[in-house]
Parts: sequence; structure tokens; C-alpha cells
Amino acid sequence: MSALPNALALKRADSIERLWLLGLVTPAMLLIVITMVLPVGWLFYLSLLSDTGAFTTEHYVRMWEQPSYFRTFRTTFEVSIMTTAICLVIGYPLAYFLSELPKRAANLCMIAVLLPLWTSLLVRTYAWLVLLQRKGLINNWAIELGLWTEPIALVHNMLGTLIGTVHVMLPFLILPLYSSMRAIDRNYLRAAANLGASPMKTFWSVFFPLAMPGMATGALIVFILCLGFYITPAVLGGGKVIMVSSRIANDIEIFFNWGAASALGVVLLVMTALLIWIFMKLLKISNPVDRAIAA
Amino acid sequence: MKNASLPISIEKITKKYGSTYALNHVDLEIKSGEFLTLLGPSGSGKTTLLTVLAGFTRPDGGSVKFGDTEMVCVPPHQRDVGMVFQNYALFPHMTVAENVAYPLKIRGVKGLEAQERVERSLEMVRLGGYGKRGIDQLSGGQKQRVALARAMVFEPRIMLMDEPLSALDKQLREHMQIELRQLHEKLGMTTVYVTHDQREALTMSDRIAVINFGKIMQLDTPRAIYERPLNKFVAEFIGESTFVPVHIENGIARFSNFSFKILHKDSRHGAALLMLRPERLRVLGPQEHLNAEFNEFSGQLVHVVYQGDSSLLEVKLPNDIGVQVRMPSVELQNHPNLLPGALLRLAVSVQDTVVLSEEGGTS
Repeated sequence: MSALPNALALKRADSIERLWLLGLVTPAMLLIVITMVLPVGWLFYLSLLSDTGAFTTEHYVRMWEQPSYFRTFRTTFEVSIMTTAICLVIGYPLAYFLSELPKRAANLCMIAVLLPLWTSLLVRTYAWLVLLQRKGLINNWAIELGLWTEPIALVHNMLGTLIGTVHVMLPFLILPLYSSMRAIDRNYLRAAANLGASPMKTFWSVFFPLAMPGMATGALIVFILCLGFYITPAVLGGGKVIMVSSRIANDIEIFFNWGAASALGVVLLVMTALLIWIFMKLLKISNPVDRAIAA
Repeated sequence: MKNASLPISIEKITKKYGSTYALNHVDLEIKSGEFLTLLGPSGSGKTTLLTVLAGFTRPDGGSVKFGDTEMVCVPPHQRDVGMVFQNYALFPHMTVAENVAYPLKIRGVKGLEAQERVERSLEMVRLGGYGKRGIDQLSGGQKQRVALARAMVFEPRIMLMDEPLSALDKQLREHMQIELRQLHEKLGMTTVYVTHDQREALTMSDRIAVINFGKIMQLDTPRAIYERPLNKFVAEFIGESTFVPVHIENGIARFSNFSFKILHKDSRHGAALLMLRPERLRVLGPQEHLNAEFNEFSGQLVHVVYQGDSSLLEVKLPNDIGVQVRMPSVELQNHPNLLPGALLRLAVSVQDTVVLSEEGGTS
């Protein structure tokens, strides 16, 4: 093969381009290594150390043997699943409504949906505490209106926790769901109707599957954020709804037991990763659109 | 398999957006088994009329009948009409076969029968064996065919098509035009076809309804629409045309010191427009004389534009009125004197001498 003119120079241009690309991702890669990979490795290392600094698996064994840990994990998953479910029930129709609005109106409404995110989480949580307490606004009004006669425990229990978490999490569900609904060409719905599908049938056979990727993304984000949620459950649960994050905080603040706290963190991390993996697996089987999105 | 077809009867259909009429008291009778094209520029109301037929647009009033049944209040999913959408609207989360089977599934056709009908429908559009493919694995032309197969698999008696070929390149489009036409002849369902492409309309239709400003400007066969346009809009929208202002008296149209015999003995008098199709004009040789079947006139050649198969001659008549003459390029050599400034003698047959009333209206 005879050498083509400029072959070498062109090849070098190729590799320079690749170097540039590599250069562009380097800061992000470094950041991830420093803030993610190193700390997680450190966490894992800590979870295998006893008080005296000797190597031990006692933290993991204790988690397995003590039923209180099992309860904590169960509560964590209960809160996360229920929050996700309630967010879906409230968020799906809302996202649908927004996606049907003209673009301008939808953008305005979207700002309203996102507004809570601009307020401090702590402020929002304590605001709920004020509203929901025994002599709070809601109990007072309900009694005055005759809805119930005695103050109801709306807070420092599962109910209060869920009210708080749903309120915080809702935008995270609506945002991806809305954009995936917005992207659905309304001609698909017209086509379905034209082919004989009733509005109900059109929804389930065309709209729902096409909005699925957005729904799955939103639900996954909410679920994962809930698993590690600390402030809102801690404040509104009032010590009765103990999630993994509260327990980690207790281990460190009260018992100064870094090993136990780290072990909890590692287990939560592994379980979350496992869940995402299962979730992705399920998605891939379900249909080709999701496959395309997941890919 | 020839399907039963239904006539469509449209009466006083009106739809206003704000203060402008998208459809202005439209009356239209479409015969059973007919291939009718709604032709018009964008915003003319042609697509609105089609969506009224499909049930996606609720008109302000009027009547739409399929056969004897009033349909104007019937929701789209109960109308039982096939429709091919402009961008096909194939469900991206289903395979080709699932798309085509969709209307059957809804109608309770299952199992082997459904499979057979899907396959038969796909074979009809020459996509047999493509059933398992995903929609994004198809080319534009193939998507078009799947959309067609899906629209006809449930054997609707009326088929609506909304610019189904506009997304295809020219060659494929011309090929599909013939194929669509053949399919229509085979299946025989009443077809309403929307396009803004006049050539497509002329090629495919039994009749063409030219629409503008939400009104039907002319409804006739392709040939009549082209050769006997009723008004300036139709004459301009379909084919090339130039207009010469004339004055009519006793069946003769006069312009400057030329006179044109008119075929139709109409009683019209006064100002009118003479429409001339460039390709129907002839350049006469110096010794050439024609019989009384032709009208003769003359003008000064401005320039010649060579366009491959034909050439366009720009000619200036008295009073600065320009006309265009289209001449097959092979004939250029017969006219050695085609230089700017030359005086050309032109002729048009009485048959092709079309007079329109001065402005717009259907005369």
C-alpha cells in the first residue's frame, strides 16, 4: 500500500482531538474519584474496624442479629415505597394535565411546581410541623368546621412523615414525567382513536407505555432519595419513624461508633445499587422504548 | 378483496378560529368509491376539512354523512374510517406487526385470523415478512406503507389521507402515487386525499376540490380543473399560467389590436382575464399560417431560459404585458431567430383560450 499524502498529519489530528475530549472530562472524573470513590472506599474500610482499631466483622454481624436493625430497614423501605406510590398517584394526573396545557401556561405552572425546591428543606419541614401539630392550624380548623372533635395526631408518626416526604419529593417525580409526556406526539393518540380505541384504551395502550420512561425515572429518583432521607422523617417522625439515616446519625452523634454507622451506610448503598440493577433489568425486558432510553 | 365503500355527504360545514373561517359553509358530495383530492395552499382549510371527517375537529355546525348516517357528533373512535397521517403516527413502542394488528385487537379479532390479516395487509403494501421489525428500523417509504397497511387492515369503507407522501423524496413519491392509485382501484374504498402538490392531485384523483380561504373554489376532474379553471386562483394554483387583461364583446376577447375567439359562447361583456398556459402557446415560423381554430398574436422576445427538457420564453406584449411560452428544447433549433428583441408570432388554439372573470369569484 502506497502512503497517502498527509496520512500522518491527519492521524495526529485525530489523536489530538481525542486528547482534547479526554481533557474535557478529566475535571469531572477527578471530582468523582475524590468525592465518591475515595469516601466510599474509606467508609467500607471504617465499617470493618472495631473501637480499638482492630479488624472485625462485628458491625455486620450485629446488624444481622439484632431485630431493631431489621425494623429500621423495613421502615426505610416502607416510607420510600409509600412516598413513591403517593407521589405517583398525585403526580401522574398533574403531569398529564400540565402536558396538555399550552406551552406558556405549562411553564408557569411548572414554576409553581418547582417553587418549593427554592425554599430551604428545613424551613419547609418545620412549617409542616407547625401546621400539623396537636394545636396546629389544620387540627384547629378541622375542629371548628366539625370534621373531627378531638385533635388528631397528624405528626410524630408515619402519617406526618409521609406528608412531609411526599411534599418534598413530588417535584422530582413530576419533572421527568412531565417532559416525557410532553414529548409524546399527540398524533399517536389521534391515530389510536382513528383505529377504534376508546379514550381509556388509547391511554393504556399508547400514552401510558410511551410515558413509561419518564415515570420510571421519576419514581426511581424519588425512591432513592427517600432511602437516604434524613431531616424530614427525623423531624416529622418525631423519633417514632426511624429510618436508616437517623440511625446512622445516632450512631455517630450519641455513640461515636463510626464503625457501626459506616456499616449501615455500606448496607444501604449495596441495597440501593441492587434495587437499581433489578429495576433496570425489569425495564429492559418490558419494552423497546425503555431499552432505547436505558441504553 | 373489494371492500364495500360509502359515499360522503358534507353540508354547510363551518369552522371559525377567532374571526377567520377555516371552513366556510362547505358543501361537498363525494361518491362511493371515488378518489377525491382536497387541494389547496397551506392554511386553506383542506386539512381542517379532513380532520372534521376523521372526527378530530369539531365544526361549529353543519352535517357530515357517511352513507345515510349522520356522523358529525360521533367521536373519532366510533367512525370506522382509515386514516394515513402526514408523519405516519406509527406507534414507536410496537413492532410493525403489532402496529398493523392494533385495530384488529380492538375489534376483537384474535389469533390466527388476526395474524393472517396482518400478513395479508403487509403483503398488499409489499412488506411481507417485515412484521417483527421495529418502527425505527424502517425507511420513510416503508413507514408510509406500514401506515397504509394499518389503515386498511380493518377494511374501512372510507380512507382519509393527510399529505401521506410529503415526507418522501421525489422519486419515491412518484412511485408511491402510482402504487396508492393501484391499491385504491383494487380495494375501491372512498378515499379523501389531502395535498398541496398540484401534480400529485392531477396524477391521482378522480376529482379534485381546490380549496382556499375555507371555500371550495372548484370541484371537477383533473382535466377540467387544468384546462377550464373557473377563476384566477385555480388557474394560478394549478400549472403555469399568464394572464392578459381583455375586453369581451360578442364572443370576442380584445387586447390591444389582437382579438381572441372564445370557445364558449357566453354572454359576458366587459373586462375579463385571458388565461394562457405557457406550454399551450406556439411560436410560429415566418411562413407559417394557421387556420381559424387558432388565435394569433405577437410580441417581443425578452429572453430564453433553458430548463433542460423545455425552455421558457419570456415575451412582452403591448402595454408591457408579459406572457411566457414553454417550448420543448428540441424545437429551439427550428427557430434560429430566438434572440432578445426579436418579434415573435404566437398562436393559441381556440380550445385553450380561457377567459376568467376579472377577480377571484366563481363565474
